[in-house]
Amino acid sequence: MRKDIRIAGFGGQGILMCGIVIAKTASLFDDMYAVQTQSYGPEARGGASRTEVVISDEQIDYPKVESPEIFVAMSHEALLKYIGDIKENAILIIDPDLVYEDEIKDIIDQKNLVFYKSHATDVADKVIGKKIVANIVMLGSFVSATGLISEESTKKAILDSVPPGTEEMNLKAFEKGMKIVEKVN
Amino acid sequence: MTQKELFVQGNEACALGALAAGCRFFAGYPITPSTEIAEIMSKKLPTMGGHFVQMEDEISAIGAIIGASWGGQKVVTATSGPGISLMQENIGYAAMTETPIVLINMQRGSPSTGQPTRSAQADMMQTRWGSHGDYETISLAPSSVQECFDYTVKAFNLAETYRCPVFVMADEIVGHMREKIVIPDEIEIVPRVMPEKTDDIYLPYDAPADGTTPMPSFGQGYDIHVTGLTHDKRGYPSTDSPEVHTELVTRLCNKILSHRSEISNIETEYIDDAEIVLLTYGIPSRSALTAVKQAREKGLKVGYIKLGVVWPFPEEELLELTSNAKRIIVPELNLGQVYLEVDRVLGKHANVELLSKIGGSLHTPTEILEKIMED
Repeated sequence: MRKDIRIAGFGGQGILMCGIVIAKTASLFDDMYAVQTQSYGPEARGGASRTEVVISDEQIDYPKVESPEIFVAMSHEALLKYIGDIKENAILIIDPDLVYEDEIKDIIDQKNLVFYKSHATDVADKVIGKKIVANIVMLGSFVSATGLISEESTKKAILDSVPPGTEEMNLKAFEKGMKIVEKVN
Repeated sequence: MTQKELFVQGNEACALGALAAGCRFFAGYPITPSTEIAEIMSKKLPTMGGHFVQMEDEISAIGAIIGASWGGQKVVTATSGPGISLMQENIGYAAMTETPIVLINMQRGSPSTGQPTRSAQADMMQTRWGSHGDYETISLAPSSVQECFDYTVKAFNLAETYRCPVFVMADEIVGHMREKIVIPDEIEIVPRVMPEKTDDIYLPYDAPADGTTPMPSFGQGYDIHVTGLTHDKRGYPSTDSPEVHTELVTRLCNKILSHRSEISNIETEYIDDAEIVLLTYGIPSRSALTAVKQAREKGLKVGYIKLGVVWPFPEEELLELTSNAKRIIVPELNLGQVYLEVDRVLGKHANVELLSKIGGSLHTPTEILEKIMED
């Protein structure tokens, strides 16, 4: 069971950290194999940024993603830039406050995508009080929508990854993210 | 046995491998995509009784590690293509003076400053004979984060065993990729062996025809002379004698070439009945293995060979492994470098084909499968 995941947003949103925590959860705490790769360079400092994670119960040969089966989008620009090769029937999770839904209806229909929404940035800002944890809110939504990695293991990986002093806030963000994700179709 | 599991980048795994191998001296000039290695070494070495020196450029960086090696340290530098170019003169000097040094090259798009943030394997010939003169080095090519750790440890051991420059030829993808690594509790390490004390005249270069000698170090009680000039067994310049030069330079090459089989590190899959063989090294080997598995599902007799060590080139093993192959496909992130060597060695009995890709991205399994399916 190999799963190819792509997470796209703009530089500074913590897209990378989100991918690292997913892969770390799988490989260190859920007894699976995982590889995390990323776009790297000036474009990752503000422009469209992405990370790719492959999770599998077997050793992973090809480490990149040819055709994502799960796509998480936290910016409209990055979604358009990186969604072209998405697989049919793939899962798409977006932050609807950062993506123009009207413009992606066609691709959702064409590829028969399973479509989820998570107001991650808004919740991070208004409920948690720190916009910067939007990535962890989205991580919660990812775990809830896909069930690929376990909730308990993800919490361990979060604690292992976030700066000291921010543990409680990040766990709260994660738990909130698990609750707010809604399946649209 | 207890072991440690970590989820890290290839660059970090290289740094951890160097430290595990006993490296306590790093000199370098940080360059993308290898910068994290310098960053980690600068944090860790001072806490471990070691030294980190950020030099003014790569020329001085390799000079510093050569000097520290003669001071008795296990040493490393990390760089990318532009840095390897600047280091060439002293790579030849290290080969000639038989100085154990490890160079980690996170290859990026080239020539010149090229593509700092993209991947390539276009420095492969440069690590073989980039400096002037006849000499041999050892080059390893990791394809995973675990191999970044394992091969860096191995590079230090080979450098000590053969007293030569050893390259870890990784690339931007492996350097920035994150995977789990397992660090075993016990790691095999080849220590620096000092020469035994003798009452006779000490001959630091009195080596067997295909070997080397234990390496003395400065300040350990030996009067030694280290020079890039052709030198005799005493280490003194002897630049006029054809015999001394022939014996020295032949030995520098043969101490590595005649141990090709011991140095080689070959992994195979589905090779026994293979008519088409993917011959790979470094990161494209992972795309190739996926493609080979897909081809096998289609019932095609396709096999896979991965060279962990590219130089010295394991000629005998490859001739034996591919004796039944009709086609040999070499995927490389360059316009054809190791391919030429494969063709020289295996081209007489099989059709050797290059599958080249440049620009910074890795071959996809689909691209490799398409090549396999070509008639």
